[in-house]
Amino acid sequence: MYALPLLSLAIWIPIVFGVLVLATGSDRNAPLARIIALVGAVLGFVVTLPLYAGFSPQMGGFQYVQKVGWIEAFNAHYHLGIDGVSLLLLLLNSFTTVIVVLAGWEIIQKRVAQYMAAFLMLSGLMNGVFCALDALLFYVFFEATLIPMFIIIGIWGGPNRVYASIKFFLYTLLGSLLSLVALIYLYFASGGSFSLLDFYDTPLAIGAQTFIFFAFFMAFAVKVPMWPVHTWLPDAHVEAPTGGSVVLAAIMLKLGGYGFLRLSLPIVPDASHALSGFMIFLSLVAVVYIGLVALVQTDMKKLIAYSSISHMGFVTLGLFIFNAQGMEGAVIQMISHGFVSGALFLCVGVLYDRMHSRQIGDYGGVVNTMPVFAAFFMLFAMANAGLPGTSGFVGEFTVILGAMQASFWYAFAAATTLIFGAAYTLWMYKRVVFGAVANAHVAELKDINLREFLVLGLLAVAVLAMGIWPAPFAEVIHTSVADLLSHVMHSKLPVQ
Amino acid sequence: MQYIDPLWPAYPEIFMLAMACVILLADLFVRDEHRGITYMLTQLSLAGCAVVIWMTAIYLNTGETMHTFSGMYVADMMSDVLKLITCFGVMSILVYARDYLAARGMFRGEFFALVLFAALGMMVMISANHLLTLYLGLELLSLSLYAMVALQRDSGTATEAAMKYFVLGALASGMLLYGMSMIYGATGSLEITRIASVIADDGAKNLVLVFGLVFLVAGIGFKLGAVPFHMWLPDVYHGAPTAVTLFIGSVPKLAAFAFVIRLLVQGLGTEEIQGHWQQMLAVMAVLSLIVGNITAIAQTNLKRMLAYSTISHMGFLLIGIVAGGLNGYASSMFYVVVYVLMNLGAFGMIMLLSRQGFEAENLEDFKGLNQRSPWYAFLMLLLMFSMAGVPPTVGFYAKFAVLQAIVEAGHVWLAVIAVVFSLIGAFYYLRIVKLIYFDEPADTAILAPRTDAGLLMSLNGIAVLAFGVFPQPLMTLCASSILASL
Repeated sequence: MYALPLLSLAIWIPIVFGVLVLATGSDRNAPLARIIALVGAVLGFVVTLPLYAGFSPQMGGFQYVQKVGWIEAFNAHYHLGIDGVSLLLLLLNSFTTVIVVLAGWEIIQKRVAQYMAAFLMLSGLMNGVFCALDALLFYVFFEATLIPMFIIIGIWGGPNRVYASIKFFLYTLLGSLLSLVALIYLYFASGGSFSLLDFYDTPLAIGAQTFIFFAFFMAFAVKVPMWPVHTWLPDAHVEAPTGGSVVLAAIMLKLGGYGFLRLSLPIVPDASHALSGFMIFLSLVAVVYIGLVALVQTDMKKLIAYSSISHMGFVTLGLFIFNAQGMEGAVIQMISHGFVSGALFLCVGVLYDRMHSRQIGDYGGVVNTMPVFAAFFMLFAMANAGLPGTSGFVGEFTVILGAMQASFWYAFAAATTLIFGAAYTLWMYKRVVFGAVANAHVAELKDINLREFLVLGLLAVAVLAMGIWPAPFAEVIHTSVADLLSHVMHSKLPVQ
Repeated sequence: MQYIDPLWPAYPEIFMLAMACVILLADLFVRDEHRGITYMLTQLSLAGCAVVIWMTAIYLNTGETMHTFSGMYVADMMSDVLKLITCFGVMSILVYARDYLAARGMFRGEFFALVLFAALGMMVMISANHLLTLYLGLELLSLSLYAMVALQRDSGTATEAAMKYFVLGALASGMLLYGMSMIYGATGSLEITRIASVIADDGAKNLVLVFGLVFLVAGIGFKLGAVPFHMWLPDVYHGAPTAVTLFIGSVPKLAAFAFVIRLLVQGLGTEEIQGHWQQMLAVMAVLSLIVGNITAIAQTNLKRMLAYSTISHMGFLLIGIVAGGLNGYASSMFYVVVYVLMNLGAFGMIMLLSRQGFEAENLEDFKGLNQRSPWYAFLMLLLMFSMAGVPPTVGFYAKFAVLQAIVEAGHVWLAVIAVVFSLIGAFYYLRIVKLIYFDEPADTAILAPRTDAGLLMSLNGIAVLAFGVFPQPLMTLCASSILASL
């Protein structure tokens, strides 16, 4: 049917280019490493475009399916396929990789080849997670992403990087190991298969469902991250290099949301329903409480990290209110958050590269010296606050609409974020950008260069496009979400 | 029927014995500066032995089990596979160890003769179908190892390690013999297949049998290094010259695995008796996981840390045995093969970093390896993540196969314990990666291993990754050997 195995290309092109970049070796060949990395990233993005063009939004189920035998002993297959949700995440991931490679162009001077290679491989592995239809394959990709991220935080991170990287690794490993036991259980329950599609049709008693739900919850809640297992995120974000923060916020967190959507909901629908109150509660705590925590941060990166947790609360909220609007909103929120948080971290990175400080108190009056930058920063801050016309608004608004159908109070609590979000983002913006020039360092700031303009400009276009005309995004996920909902609404308890 | 020499199944061992004697004699005529000749001869004998194993397997074995020496000796697919891996393992050890030995005045004929005798001992153990044969192989192996540990005469720690190893090893052998005599008393036979049939016919005195079993399990626990019989392991790993540690810590576990399969599974595998030893092994497995993983965190010496990591790996191996059934034993075999592969790499790396008068055995010595040599740093990263069981390395599939087998056997709690402790274990492997990648180098000497050692190390590291992406062939091999042998 399809001439090229596009999904495999989307996974393996970045990885192969990562290996090539690694082969350039020492920092003497850094320019070459950068160019190969950029070619790899762009090529990786280009192969995902025909996926969008050839995708038929009306068709249910998975498209571009590819299935090859892999490990006979476990009956595991190299089984790929995407629906609308994975499609958007693939695009987002490949797009972000280009941004990240560009963003690290001059900033990274130490071990350039390894830096670029780590990001490219990470990108390929994450594409793998979004495409995998085999649980073991999913798990392998899911886990393998830890290795490059661990290295990225640990080598190029800030002063407390070692602590942050080990915390990040162990936290996420704990979650995923437990989900591994659940996957093995499912393997036997489904009669010896690792195919997610078989898992979807496996009847499970409520006890087993609850166990599996919590095992998955441990894996995905840590990744999202949901309150109260979120504490690794501010550490990791603050210590990670700019590119690392961007990938963490834009893509890695989505692995959690995606996991809930692809595994938890359809495999254990009854447990998901039974525990939806619990999930909604945690999500609302994240939205409200973490929003308040963000308000008092003095470190810009930390503030955005907390804001990420708060926004990801919308994703889990949308998923667990079980209606079409909530779920579509959740997916759109994931994509939008990918653009917005990535852009915000880049903005902080731009400032950090010049001043080597992330403290809000060290800034003030940046607009006087960096007007172009201030304009971009303004746009992204507004998007983070959920201003209509930006992508941030679409996702949050749709989720709130969905929540309203479920309960007024859910919607009410969720809507407070419009206030808190605006408060912490704009207050930070005001303190950093406006006012008189605070000190001599700020006075010496140079406005963004062409490369930075390009990077931020691309993201600005994405944020605005999604805010003004979300239809192309919403269209592709419509059928997929409906499919998913029908799975979730269908009880899987064994017939007595 | 064509005539088949009844000694065919033992040809590899006969070849190995002959070659060991030849090398012992030939070495007398080789002068110190030409010691490389002995080395090459040893490598050739091992390679030749591998060829003989291959040939006998091809000629004889159509997947059948062959006995010789009136049933005292057996050759089946499992023995062929394990012996082949043993030969290749020993060859790799010698490649890694060459420079290390030469720098420490251990590059001598005795070492090679001992290595060959130890290899012979392992092969005899792997093929034993009689308790005495088993014991013979075990002692041949152990005695060679004791001598190898003590080979560096002037080193205090090595001598101490050898002494500890010898005393505790002798104790374990004693227990084993005592247990064997009980089994003999209960069943009237020392031949493993006969023991099995006597027990199956219910002709055994159960109490005596179980009593003997306890001693056997203790002996096995000692040889594997499972808690609570693990005390010798950290000291011996630490005290022995690294080349010898590499030897002790890798291939003998293959033989120990065969030992467990022959004795417990083939000999005492009836349901009732199985229940007894499964219980004991389960306790040992859990303790090994706990003690191995937690104690490893506190170590600052890499060799000691890897010793405790070995203990925890043995815990995993035992879990596979406890799971039982084809899948359980196959997963254990897969685990032990993968373990050997990873351990060869890890200790090989220690030896690559060591040089004249310098032992790179402290964790500190790995600091900043990434800046000294990104390639070896990357290989070590693969090895460490593989030991921690992180995909896409082969260590993950080894753990996964064991977990799957144990869940299938219905012991989900064991799986959960194993998972929790492998999380704790991940920490100390991560710490090494952290030292390699995140810290500044303390030692800036240029890494210049011999070409063959460097190549082998690369191959070893890549294998960990390659088998991780395509684990199928190795798994099938293990599964079909177990299937053919049970």
